[in-house]
Amino acid sequence: MSDVTIERVPKGRLGVWLLIAGEIVIFGGFIASYILARLEYPEFGSKEAAGDLNIVVGTVNTLILLISNWTMVKAHEAALEKNVAKAKSFMIYTLVLGLLFLGIKLGYEWPTDFSHGHTISSSKAIADQAPGSEVMKVSLFWSYYFLMTGFHGLHIVVGSLVIFFVMLGISGGQNLHRVELAGAYWHLVELVWVILFPMLYLIQ
Amino acid sequence: MSAHHEQSFISKYVFSIDHKYIAKQYTVTGMIFAFIGGLFAVAFRTQLAWPGTNIPFIGVLDGMKYNMLVTNHAMIMFFWAGMPILLAGLGNFVIPLMLGADDMAFPKLNMLSYWIFFVSAVLLILSFMAPGGGAAGGWTMYPPLNAQQGVDPDANFLVNLWTGGSLLILAVAVEFASMLLGGINFLVTSLNMRAKGMKLMDVPAVVWMINLATVDFMFSVGPLISGAVMLLFDRIFNTGFYDPARGGDPILFQHLFWFFGHPEVYVVLLPAIGIVAEIVPTFSRKPLFASRWIIIMATASAFIAFIVWAHHQFVAGIDPRMAEFFSITTIIISVPFAFIFFAVIATMFKGQIEVKTPMLWALGFLVFFLVGGVTGIFNGSAGLDMYIHDTYFVIAHFHYTLIPAVFFAGLAALHFWFPKATGRMMNETLGKLHFWITSIGFNMFAFPLFFSGLYGEHRRIFNYSSYQPMMADWIINIRHVATIGAMILAAAQVLLFINIILSATSGEKAGKNPWKCNTLEWVADSPPPHGNFATPPSCYRGPYEYSNPKRSGSDFWPQNEQ
Repeated sequence: MSDVTIERVPKGRLGVWLLIAGEIVIFGGFIASYILARLEYPEFGSKEAAGDLNIVVGTVNTLILLISNWTMVKAHEAALEKNVAKAKSFMIYTLVLGLLFLGIKLGYEWPTDFSHGHTISSSKAIADQAPGSEVMKVSLFWSYYFLMTGFHGLHIVVGSLVIFFVMLGISGGQNLHRVELAGAYWHLVELVWVILFPMLYLIQ
Repeated sequence: MSAHHEQSFISKYVFSIDHKYIAKQYTVTGMIFAFIGGLFAVAFRTQLAWPGTNIPFIGVLDGMKYNMLVTNHAMIMFFWAGMPILLAGLGNFVIPLMLGADDMAFPKLNMLSYWIFFVSAVLLILSFMAPGGGAAGGWTMYPPLNAQQGVDPDANFLVNLWTGGSLLILAVAVEFASMLLGGINFLVTSLNMRAKGMKLMDVPAVVWMINLATVDFMFSVGPLISGAVMLLFDRIFNTGFYDPARGGDPILFQHLFWFFGHPEVYVVLLPAIGIVAEIVPTFSRKPLFASRWIIIMATASAFIAFIVWAHHQFVAGIDPRMAEFFSITTIIISVPFAFIFFAVIATMFKGQIEVKTPMLWALGFLVFFLVGGVTGIFNGSAGLDMYIHDTYFVIAHFHYTLIPAVFFAGLAALHFWFPKATGRMMNETLGKLHFWITSIGFNMFAFPLFFSGLYGEHRRIFNYSSYQPMMADWIINIRHVATIGAMILAAAQVLLFINIILSATSGEKAGKNPWKCNTLEWVADSPPPHGNFATPPSCYRGPYEYSNPKRSGSDFWPQNEQ
């Protein structure tokens, strides 16, 4: 872009890697806090807490996200071959899978949790009567669950928007390097889920 | 981007993507907030010295108003004055110029960073207008107080969001997002856009330090962003992350806060040391002593900065074995800084020292920061800290670190690079007068507090009248002296304001290189045009070749000359 400076590592790639590093530290704060609470409270694994999550649906969702990462890698491959049509179609598959993940999370899992009486809030009234009781610890689990899956869902939305706008931007065969950058961010979203899934669903 | 295209008014002065103009936006915004934060301090110091005084525009301070002023004084000075001036403003100005680049790596992202920062400033101002007034829970935002203050658990979440405490948390989180984006820009620019031939060790110390500060910031701020989100949720969604009755843990927030909060001190300190490391060799006409080791030591300190945080929590009930670990790391981190100080002092040894205003401010930093650094060792020792924690000793200590870093080093930088930024020299006489009055005011205000702190005067009390031991004559006198000092310190800044206006409009023309300096920014015109350099400079040597015997005819050797 500029004739004044010399390029070393492509600056877009460097920038996205730094952004990903920053995001990992933000998620690190949530994950570390959750692990500390989990170590202190075995109640997090009880039937009313992690036991009430649907592992089958969670596994399906994990697979959906894994496949969406594979399609994103294929889109990157196509971009390297300068095959715009192929790159675009694989990005559309990625978007559909991403939205499917979000649909299952927000359209099925969360409503099921709500119908079982779980919300992000915990009752001040119960806390006043029985401070530190098992009910309170279980509700802390659900606070963490909605906090972390919600924050992850927000990243799915942002990642999808990024992929969508990159897809619009490559129509004329220009800016193909951006497919790699959008893909890198999408992998971060996947990586975080691969940590969240066993932490919230599987350890009971 | 071509180097010299015409810009419209809006794209030049409002939504500018020119790094030099963005630097000015950050610096001016930061200085306005520094002035507001300073006036807050004068207001609550007046209440401490003469309880019940009717303060103009604010009235008589009650406990709540006092807490509000103290909380926001700290918040403003750290996040809306220190960081925008020393990190964002200075970094934006010097990084591309010193590296010989035409602009930042991502100019539009740079503009976005500033405007996100601006939004955070608006949120901060809105927090004062919320019902119940601004946040008053202390700048550390500790729960459970800050999870509950001003919150109605039965109300709608929007009602709880529209409170001073929640808006301040939101403002801080938005500000961090802006600085994160800015930090990505700094690191990519420094790694990627150096002039031809410029090796990493040829990069000037100040650019190194700004980048180390950026790394410290980027990799420590994450836990506080997540911690702040959890605190906000405690306030607006009635969660119990920090409420012991609901299984939460208030100490958790302290860890998340200080994991960021302590590296943040180095985020402000490292650029300050970098500034001094540029100015002292220039005005001593000598190479920076052990410049390679200064950078290695600063890098070491940037890493150690991540493992000292719990020394803020010695009295919070942490495990004594953990306290011992953090005592040791805290004392270890003073070693690299002691090294850097000795190296900078050694630079002056047998030099031809010329005490112009920038040098005066830099020397002021060295002298006054030393007081803050040495008393830091006192605070870092867990046993002693049990006694002095939360007293005015701690207040005096961190004002002796932060005022030299933000104001003395920051003003050194302002006087040093002002000719480059505006094309005109600053007035020396006014500058020196400003320095001496500021120094007198600052020491009058901060030094006596060491004594009242050791005597046991506790902070966060708005009126000592009902504490008999704190009403001895000498301690009342200390309060008076400190308050008058703070007033002098604030009033002295009028001189700075006059100096900036006078010099910018009718100062002596500076020329390209008024200080006879080696680094690449002095190759560009003053002020540099959009695109900075007419031809991209190449770099042939390190930045500190002063009085090199191989160079005949002049005592400096610019990096771009063969």
